[in-house]
Amino acid sequence: MMKGLKKWRLVTLLAALTIILSGCGEEYLSTLLPAGEVGQDQFNLLLLTTGIMILVMIVVFTIYFIALAKFRRKKFGDDHMPKDVEGSHKLELIWTAIPILLVIIMAVPTVYYTYKLGDVSAMEATDDEGNAENLVVNVTAKLYWWEFEYPEQGIVTAQELVVPTGERVYFNLISSDVKHSFWIPAIGGKLDTNVENVNKFYLTFDKESEGLEDGVFYGKCAELCGPSHALMDFKVKTLSPDDFDGWVAAMQETEGATASADSADAGEAAFAQSCIGCHAVSGVGTSGAAAPNLATYGDRNRVAGFLEHNEQNTIDWIKDPQKYKPGNLMPAFDSLSDEDLDAIADYLHGLKVEE
Amino acid sequence: MTTVSNSVEQKKGFGAMLWDWLTTVDHKKIGILYLIGGGFFFVLGGIEAMLIRFQLLIPNNDFVSAGFFNELITMHGTTMIFLAAMPLLFGFMNAIVPLQIGARDVAFPFINSLGFWMFFFGGLFLNLSWFLDAAPDAGWTSYASLSIASAGHGIDFYAIGLQIAGAGTLMAGINFLVTIINMRAPGMTYMRMPLFTWTTFVASALILFAFPPLTVGIFFLTFDRMFGANFFDHTMGGNTIIWEHIFWIFGHPEVYILILPAFGIFSEVFSVFARKRLFGYSAMVFATVLIGFLGFMVWAHHMFTVGLGPTANAIFAVATMAIAVPTGVKIFNWLLTIWGGSIKITTPMLYALGFIPSFVMGGVTGVQQGAAPLDYQLHDSYFIVAHFHYVIVGGVVLAILAATHYWWPKMFGTMLSEKLGKITFWFFFIGFHMTFFLQHFLGLMGMPRRVWTYMDGQGWNLFNLISTIGAVLMAIGVIVLIINVIITTAKNERVGNDPWEDGRTLEWAIPSPPPFYNFAQTPLVRGLDSYWIEKQEGHNGYTAAEPVTDIHMPNGSIIPFFMTLGLFIAGFGAMYRLEHDWGLPVLIFGLAFTFLTMGIRSIKDDLGYYVTKDQIRRMERGRD
Repeated sequence: MMKGLKKWRLVTLLAALTIILSGCGEEYLSTLLPAGEVGQDQFNLLLLTTGIMILVMIVVFTIYFIALAKFRRKKFGDDHMPKDVEGSHKLELIWTAIPILLVIIMAVPTVYYTYKLGDVSAMEATDDEGNAENLVVNVTAKLYWWEFEYPEQGIVTAQELVVPTGERVYFNLISSDVKHSFWIPAIGGKLDTNVENVNKFYLTFDKESEGLEDGVFYGKCAELCGPSHALMDFKVKTLSPDDFDGWVAAMQETEGATASADSADAGEAAFAQSCIGCHAVSGVGTSGAAAPNLATYGDRNRVAGFLEHNEQNTIDWIKDPQKYKPGNLMPAFDSLSDEDLDAIADYLHGLKVEE
Repeated sequence: MTTVSNSVEQKKGFGAMLWDWLTTVDHKKIGILYLIGGGFFFVLGGIEAMLIRFQLLIPNNDFVSAGFFNELITMHGTTMIFLAAMPLLFGFMNAIVPLQIGARDVAFPFINSLGFWMFFFGGLFLNLSWFLDAAPDAGWTSYASLSIASAGHGIDFYAIGLQIAGAGTLMAGINFLVTIINMRAPGMTYMRMPLFTWTTFVASALILFAFPPLTVGIFFLTFDRMFGANFFDHTMGGNTIIWEHIFWIFGHPEVYILILPAFGIFSEVFSVFARKRLFGYSAMVFATVLIGFLGFMVWAHHMFTVGLGPTANAIFAVATMAIAVPTGVKIFNWLLTIWGGSIKITTPMLYALGFIPSFVMGGVTGVQQGAAPLDYQLHDSYFIVAHFHYVIVGGVVLAILAATHYWWPKMFGTMLSEKLGKITFWFFFIGFHMTFFLQHFLGLMGMPRRVWTYMDGQGWNLFNLISTIGAVLMAIGVIVLIINVIITTAKNERVGNDPWEDGRTLEWAIPSPPPFYNFAQTPLVRGLDSYWIEKQEGHNGYTAAEPVTDIHMPNGSIIPFFMTLGLFIAGFGAMYRLEHDWGLPVLIFGLAFTFLTMGIRSIKDDLGYYVTKDQIRRMERGRD
């Protein structure tokens, strides 16, 4: 049995090692490849605690395997009566004191980072002219999409968060229906979007997303929020500060944009008939819309946050949103003619603020 | 095996036998009922788990629908915690604790029966949701904003079913507390109690303090959903975070309610099969009490990302890490128990030996999650799923399986096949690590928990595939165990008092299964591991503390069954009150029926009966 046990352990261990070495996950999604200061702090804490814990496990497993190898009844015979030991104060003191020490070693950075990551005092800071010093984004989580408002800039977008690199971006988080949780794994830990209070925290984005596989970081909803919880993804575009300013300016220029029913563009006209009631096409505004703002639809990376970004998916989605995201609040527009749908998809994919 | 009780039983027809089980107040039979009920729900929860894993086998799978998946995860968690793990542990507590302390039954046999029936009917109520409407779908934590928003009756089934089952658990907890305080045999001081009895004692104290918050929380939920209250509706001045606090004030101690008896089981197993007394007994007792106490101080570590602020997070983080210390003490004491012993690898010992590395891994990831800023990344990801399965499966389920093999001969008088037992172990153990080890990495690689499906191209495919294969291995292990039980029962080879031959505690000093009165004479306990002491001195059996006297025994009663039935009926009334006319009358009828049965119980004097000296002598002689 023992031989079999050893062999099995070796095999499983080897298998486990190969798998671990096979990668740390995807750069745009993994907490193991942090692309921001917050994620890096958390990753360092992961390394520290893992190190200490592996130390503990080595000690435990060593004693365990030696005991298992040495003290077998097979060796001693059935009549062997081992000596009873009541305990040992010295040993017990050691294995109480050392864990306490290890806990203290972990507790100090834990408390330090808890306060560091919880510090949002700079959120309201303004310079001499009364302008906010830091970028603030108001995030509203809704059944199954995300709204991002930039109050200082007067713009609003949905599904794709756009942020500058190299500075702290502060977030106000709330939900408008049930509880969700805002998580960008590669950038930093999550914070819940509660229904009754605004949660605040900051993240830092150190890497421009352009070089990534899809050109974006992946964001996730991390709190069970109904059938389509798994599909409540969003994407994060990180731009250099200059590019970000350019993006903000382009967004601000969409002020007053709307779809006209009389437009020569059949798509715009159909959109004005069926869609504009819920979906705005101007990026200027505040949060609180009934449906995602579509001013940047053509720049997006995904349809509905998770489907491949092509016109066919847009059409399929409009015809039957429930099929793709069960439980979402958009009604089906299956009565629209195919020509209208094609035209709407064309129109939507042409809505861009980026070059 | 020719005790009077048994020979009488064998002559009974099916109806009489059924009546006997419905009315029994015998702790050993109630223990078996708990095992059957808990075992049934364990298999049910296991099937739900398999469906979950098959859905996650490949990306973009549509094996089950999104809504059904949420019902599956909710019912898997709820079933496994409330209807499988706890009742199975209660089964062993019922069957073994009175024997370990030298008692003839628990302190309140009637309440014991009532507790079982409430668990059973509560579980039944909850699972009827599959057929009558939709099952609850807001997760086993049933966070308020989602559980209030959830359409249909699913969450109503959750609230009422758990209310009934939870009340049963609370009764069982109180019963064990009183039993252990009052019913110990002469000489069984607190510091001579076997560790399983100690951990049962502490877990029962935790139940006493942890279940009332759950009761209150579920009443709030019930009133919000069924009677128009607004405890959790923030637009009406309610607050959803309150639910999270209430739930975790119950929920965290609940984890210790499960794991402490598991620790107790392993303490017994290690010491018996290493043929050595438990190393550092008093430290073990102290660690148990300390873990129980600290268990109430750390609930908010489930809520680090709720936004409680850095001060609350820091305090709860440090308190959480502190629990590692007494738990570590326990691990080292177990290691030193087998160190220098004479280790015999039986099936229960195999589980105990498998438990140490598994639980240590679950424990260390627990400490990591205690580091609040790190938990911001880990929380609600698959890392958490891996962690709590390492603790609950690697700790509690392995303990339940160990106890099943270890105490089966004591409870049923026949021994489970060791060979099949070991096959079960290897399938289950390897499958378990395959299923859950890689989930740590899935979490770190950004996979949130409770996701119905996942897109391709996120680097999660391989690990999810391996995880599902592991789950299949676990299922094979469980199937082998069921086959083992069937074969063993069919063969029915009887065993003596101490079939493992290394038994140390009092339950091994009496026949397997014990006669209905347990001890012909109340035993005298002369130290820790009292049966071991007797064996060392060449005695076979126990030293009696009294001459053979008449034994007072309680009568069986059908009232607990009917009392619970009333609540079960009332539950349907409360649930359908708003849409059906018959709802309110049924609610009133059910409650009135329960109060009526309570009235009968109060008015009718049932003083029990006596087994006379002569009968006892005859039965004891018959056995030899």
